Amino acid sequence: MALQRIYGTETEYGIIHRGVKDSNPISASSFLINAYLSKTADPGIGPNSPRVGWDFIDETPGTDIRGFSPMGSLPPEIEPNLVNAVLANGSRYYVDHAHPELSTPECLDPLSLLRWDRAGDEILIKSMSAANEALPDGEELIIYKNNSDGKGNSYGCHENYLISRDTPFGRIVQHATTHFVTRQIFTGAGKVGSEAVGEKRMEIPFQLTQRADFFEEEVGLETTLKRPIINTRDEPHADPLKYRRLHVIVGDANLCEVSTFLKLGTTGLLMAMIEDDFLDNQLKIANPVHALQQVSRDMSLKTPILMEGGKTATALSIQWELFERSNNYLNKFGSENVGGESVLKVMDYWEKVLSALSSNPEQLFGFLDWVTKKKIIDSYADRHDLNVDDYKLAALDLQYHDLRPETSLFLRVATEKIVSTEEVELAIENPPEGTRAFFRGRCLQKWPENVLVANWDSIVFDTGDQNLRRVPMMEPLKGTSEHVGDLIDSCETVIELIESISETIQ
Amino acid sequence: MAESEQKKRKTSEIDKSESELIDPTSTRSEELSSELDELLDEIDEVLEENAEEFVKNYVQKGGE
Repeated sequence: MALQRIYGTETEYGIIHRGVKDSNPISASSFLINAYLSKTADPGIGPNSPRVGWDFIDETPGTDIRGFSPMGSLPPEIEPNLVNAVLANGSRYYVDHAHPELSTPECLDPLSLLRWDRAGDEILIKSMSAANEALPDGEELIIYKNNSDGKGNSYGCHENYLISRDTPFGRIVQHATTHFVTRQIFTGAGKVGSEAVGEKRMEIPFQLTQRADFFEEEVGLETTLKRPIINTRDEPHADPLKYRRLHVIVGDANLCEVSTFLKLGTTGLLMAMIEDDFLDNQLKIANPVHALQQVSRDMSLKTPILMEGGKTATALSIQWELFERSNNYLNKFGSENVGGESVLKVMDYWEKVLSALSSNPEQLFGFLDWVTKKKIIDSYADRHDLNVDDYKLAALDLQYHDLRPETSLFLRVATEKIVSTEEVELAIENPPEGTRAFFRGRCLQKWPENVLVANWDSIVFDTGDQNLRRVPMMEPLKGTSEHVGDLIDSCETVIELIESISETIQ
Repeated sequence: MAESEQKKRKTSEIDKSESELIDPTSTRSEELSSELDELLDEIDEVLEENAEEFVKNYVQKGGE
């Protein structure tokens, strides 16, 4: 039986600093995050209000899920000296390389994750306005939620799915690859031009995804060079005997809620079918790296992909097939472990989106990012009689992702909403209730001065006595509102809390 | 037999549910085109003034 799924995303945002001569993206990102932390610090505690830092003790991003590290592979570096904060909604907010990055708290289903992913975007918007208030006149920080600068530099929006350690990795590789290549038809954020090696930029006026140009391998550990469709980082941030975390680096950062929701929901369902060995070997793509770029460049959605064994299929027909199998899977096993009600909503949107893609994709204006962006660009080019290589069209592409409410093109479109503004507002301040993120977030809300550092699987408390107390949280399904909600409410001090937890364990 | 019935049922469900969510009729197209006209007017006002400079200056370091 498939495991109860845990979902999360990590988004690196693009950043520019206007009005300075030699802008430095690392200091700009630090300034942005610090501005937000200062603005949201508890006014009761004053300007020296504690900021809770990230605890690096359990970080091992160089560990390979296959149990070995290939020669010459470059594990990502950990940069413990940069800004790295834990927020009261359970998120991690930090500077990664030269970008601000936000990792959502652990969520139990795709709908909750959509909510906390949206809250992440709102946190960036609030950060931008806090930073710009603090900057001298004439300077401005601008944040973009996209994945490429159009010049061959890419930054990621990664997804995480907790899966069973017992599932053979080869099975995950085969089926996840097929899904990642073909789901681009609804996850793509759209892009003007090509950034693929050996191809001229305007040879491809428009493609479905921001990221397909940057993938060169089928399976591997890297995230910055020779990027693989399946990333093998083995860092479950949970009991390693029970769990793996599939770290997905191949997706685009989405703004349309339907794109985000389907990206997470369909992949979560796929993981359940893989765990339960529900899929046969029929849907194996012969050359996945080639097919990834092929699908991204196929605006007709009709180009056949070569499958192993010599048959061909379109991305759309493979997605219909996965949809049908998911339907059969849910009929057999139920939806409880894959996200309950929210998965039925995934099925609903999946079916509608595939139907519209099969008949008239333009109907998905406001539903999918690539359709929405393409329609804006095509209509604008028509209206002003512009050539495909006009800089205005590339500017429209970038400005679609601009997070400033007054200039964002995306925010001007009446898009389909799955979560309400109120739900997103609540998620900016509060953690999800169904995972250990609840414990992390509630402790930060209630005792910010006593939390020294935190990370995904532990919190270190400074109780004022000589010893620091580390509370391990290796099980993501413990520390939920149901488990510890009343306990946290009833404790006045953090010492009381720690003593009560120890009693419960004994 | 049962399978084909199921398929049939599914198809009619698609038609029904699609009309709730995505209106495929011409009304939707008309709405979309007037929505787009307004949007394009707004874009003329907010689009970065010097598109070429904006696009060329948007340079990021790689991440991840």
